[in-house]
Amino acid sequence: MSLQRFVLKRGLLTIPLLLGVTLFTFGMVHAIPGDPIDFITLFAELDAETEAEIRAQYGLDKPVYIQYIDWVLNAAQGDFGKSIVTRRPVATEILNRLPYTLLMGSMAFAIAIITAIPSGIVAAYYRNTTVDQISRVFALIGVALPNFWLGLILILVFASWLNLFPVLPPTDRGLLSQDMIIYTLLPAITIGTGSTALLMRLMRSSMVEELDKDYVRTARAKGLPERTVVQKHVLRNSLISVVTVAAIQIAFIISGSVVVEIVFSYPGIGRLLVDRVGNRDFPVIQALVLIIGVAVILANLLADVLYAYLDPRIRY
Amino acid sequence: MALLEVEDLTVRFYTEDGVVKATNNLSYRIEAGEHFGVVGESGAGKSVSSLAIMRLIEDPGVIESGEIRFKGQNLLELSAEEMRTIRGNEIAMIFQDAETALNPAYTVGEQIAEAVRHHMDLDDAAARDRAIEMLDSVGIPDAAERYSDYPHQFSGGMQQRAVIAMALSCDPDLIIADEPTTALDVTIEAQILELLEEVSETFDTAIQLITHDLGVVAEFCDRVMVMYAGHPVEIAAVDDLYYNPQHPYTVGLMSSIPRIGDTRDRLQTIPGRMPDLIENPPGCNFHPRCPYAEDVCARREPPLVNVETGDPADPINSDSQSAACLEHTGDLLEGLDYQVTVRGTDESTGDAASTDGGVSDE
Ligand SMILES: Nc1ncnc2c1ncn2[C@@H]1O[C@H](COP(=O)(O)OP(=O)(O)OP(=O)(O)O)[C@@H](O)[C@H]1O
Ligand code: SF4
Ligand SMILES: [Mg+2]
Repeated sequence: MSLQRFVLKRGLLTIPLLLGVTLFTFGMVHAIPGDPIDFITLFAELDAETEAEIRAQYGLDKPVYIQYIDWVLNAAQGDFGKSIVTRRPVATEILNRLPYTLLMGSMAFAIAIITAIPSGIVAAYYRNTTVDQISRVFALIGVALPNFWLGLILILVFASWLNLFPVLPPTDRGLLSQDMIIYTLLPAITIGTGSTALLMRLMRSSMVEELDKDYVRTARAKGLPERTVVQKHVLRNSLISVVTVAAIQIAFIISGSVVVEIVFSYPGIGRLLVDRVGNRDFPVIQALVLIIGVAVILANLLADVLYAYLDPRIRY
Repeated sequence: MALLEVEDLTVRFYTEDGVVKATNNLSYRIEAGEHFGVVGESGAGKSVSSLAIMRLIEDPGVIESGEIRFKGQNLLELSAEEMRTIRGNEIAMIFQDAETALNPAYTVGEQIAEAVRHHMDLDDAAARDRAIEMLDSVGIPDAAERYSDYPHQFSGGMQQRAVIAMALSCDPDLIIADEPTTALDVTIEAQILELLEEVSETFDTAIQLITHDLGVVAEFCDRVMVMYAGHPVEIAAVDDLYYNPQHPYTVGLMSSIPRIGDTRDRLQTIPGRMPDLIENPPGCNFHPRCPYAEDVCARREPPLVNVETGDPADPINSDSQSAACLEHTGDLLEGLDYQVTVRGTDESTGDAASTDGGVSDE
C-alpha cells in the first residue's frame, strides 16, 4: 500500500469519528436537565406565543433528530447559530478568539519540538553522563509543575518583578504585532513545558533503545561516520514513536489552553468557553466543544500519517 | 605476511558484575582468499574477537592488548577516521540476524548504495546501479525492482542475501561472517554457504566464518580455531581437526554435530556449562567438564602448544596443529583416550557432517 492509499484509508476512518463527536457534542448539551428555552429566556415567564416564536427561532420546535441534522449541516457550513448571551453569530465570536489560541498553541508546540528533540538526542547520545542527569531533572520538574502554578510564577517573575512583559495582553495592538507575540511567549512556555519534558524524555529513551539495535552496528560496520549513523539511521527510527506522541500533544495543548488562558487573561477560545459555560450559552459551548473534538481527531490523524510516513512497516 | 594477523588479542568488559575476560591472548592469521573457521559454544568470545577486528567493541568493552595487523598495518593504531576507510571497504562484516541487521526504515537498496557511495566515490545513479548489480549477484530475482523494497518485504533468506550483497558491495579483501546462517533453515543455510563459497572464489575474498556448527566448518573452511571460555584451545587445518582432534573439547564438540532430524540440544553431549568469563576456573578452563581431567589440570593452565613438538605454538607463522591441553606438554599422567570414527558423507540427505567423534572412557 502506498502512502497515498494509507492516508486515504485512514482519512475515511475519521468520518465515523467525526460523526461520533457531533453526536456527543449535541447530546451533551441536550442531556442537561431542563428545557433549553429556560436558559435562553433566563427562566422568564412567557406567553405561549412568544415561547413558540423563540422555539421556532432556535429550531427547538422540531423533533430532536431534525435539530441534530440541521445543526450538523449548518455547522459544516460554519453556521453555529447565534449566541444566547450576545445575540451575535457564534462563528464571529469564535473567529475573533480562535487566532489567539492558535498563535499560543503553535508557539507552545514549536517551543516543545525545538527544545525537546535536540536535547533528547543529546541526552541519549551522552546517556548516563551529567548532561543526561541534568535533562532528567528538568524533565521531572517540567512534568510535575501544574500549568496554572507555572503560569502565575512566570507572570510574577517576568511581568511583575522584571517588567519584561506586560501583565495584561496588549490586545489592542493586533494579533501578529510584536507586542502580542512577545506577550504570548509566557503562556506558550507555560503550556509547552509539560510537552517539552515529556517529548524530551521520550526522545531520549526511544533513541537509547534504537542505539542498541543491530542495524546501528551494521551502519558502523559499513564505515559510515558517526554523524551519519546517528542522524540518518538512528534518528529516523527514534522519531517514529516521538512523532506520534508529539502530534497527540496538540490535543493536550488545546485542552491545556483553557486553564492557561484564564491565568493570563488571554483572549482565546479557552477563556471564551469558560465564560460561556457560566452563562449556559449553549450554541457557543456546542461549537467550541465540537471544534476541540475535531482538532483532537485531526491531531490523531496527523499522528498516524506521520507514523506511516516514517515507518514503512505500517504502510506496506 | 598474511592478510590478517591477530596477535595476543585480549578484550575485556568492565561490567558491574566484574571484569569479563572475553578473549585472552588470541593469535591467528588468515591468508588472502582463505576460509578460516572460528567455533565454540555460546559465550566463547567469537563475536567479541570479530568485532575487535572491526574496532566495533562498545562500552564497557576495551581492547586491552594485542595487535591486529591487516595487510601489515596495525588497525589498533589507526585514527577513527582511517579505520572508517577500512570498515565496509576492505573488511566487511555479515551479522547473524539479517532481519535486525537491516534498518527497517530504509529500503534494502539504499542501505547497499549508501556504503558504495561512501567508499567508492560514485554518484547516486552509479551507486544505485552497483547496488542492483550486487543484489542480482547474490541471487535476488528482479533486483532492480526489489531495490526499493523495505527489509520486511524480504524473506529471511533474501534478507541474509541482501546483507551479503552489502558486505560484498565494496570488494572487501576480508569478510567476517558471524554465524550468517544460524537464523535460517537448513536448505537456505546450504544456499547461503554456497553463495559465500562462490563469491569468495570469484573475488578471492578471505572469509572468517564464525559458527557453533562443526558440520558447517567441515563443509566450508580451510583452517579452524576452536575457542573455549575466551581462549583458543585448538587451531588446525580442517582435515586434521576432523581426523585427528587433539583437544578433548574439540572431540566433545564433534560428537555434538547435529544431524538432520536430530532435535536434541547440540551441546548437551558435553555435560556441564562453560564457566562465566568473570571467574574462570583455575588451571585448565575446561577441567570441570573434561572427562580426562586430572589433579594437575586444576592447577596448571595449559599453554597453546604445537602438538607434534610440545613447543609453544606460533599460529601466526606456522600452520602446524596446536592445542591447549596438558597432554601435549607431557603433564597428563593417564593421557587422552578417545576414538574418532569417520562416517561417509550421506549424499541422500545432504548431511554436512562427515565426522562422528565419540568419547569413550575405555
Ligand atoms: N557488551 C558486553 N558487555 C559485557 N559483556 C559482554 C558484552 N559483549 C560480550 N560480552 C561477554 O563476552 C563474552 C563473549 O561473548 P561473545 O558475544 O563473543 O560470545 P560468542 O562466542 O559470540 O557467543 P554466541 O555464540 O552466543 O554468539 C560473553 O561472556 C559475553 O557475556
Ligand atoms: S588440560 Fe586437562 S582438563 Fe584441560 S583439556 Fe586437557 S585433560 Fe582436559
Ligand atoms: Mg556471537
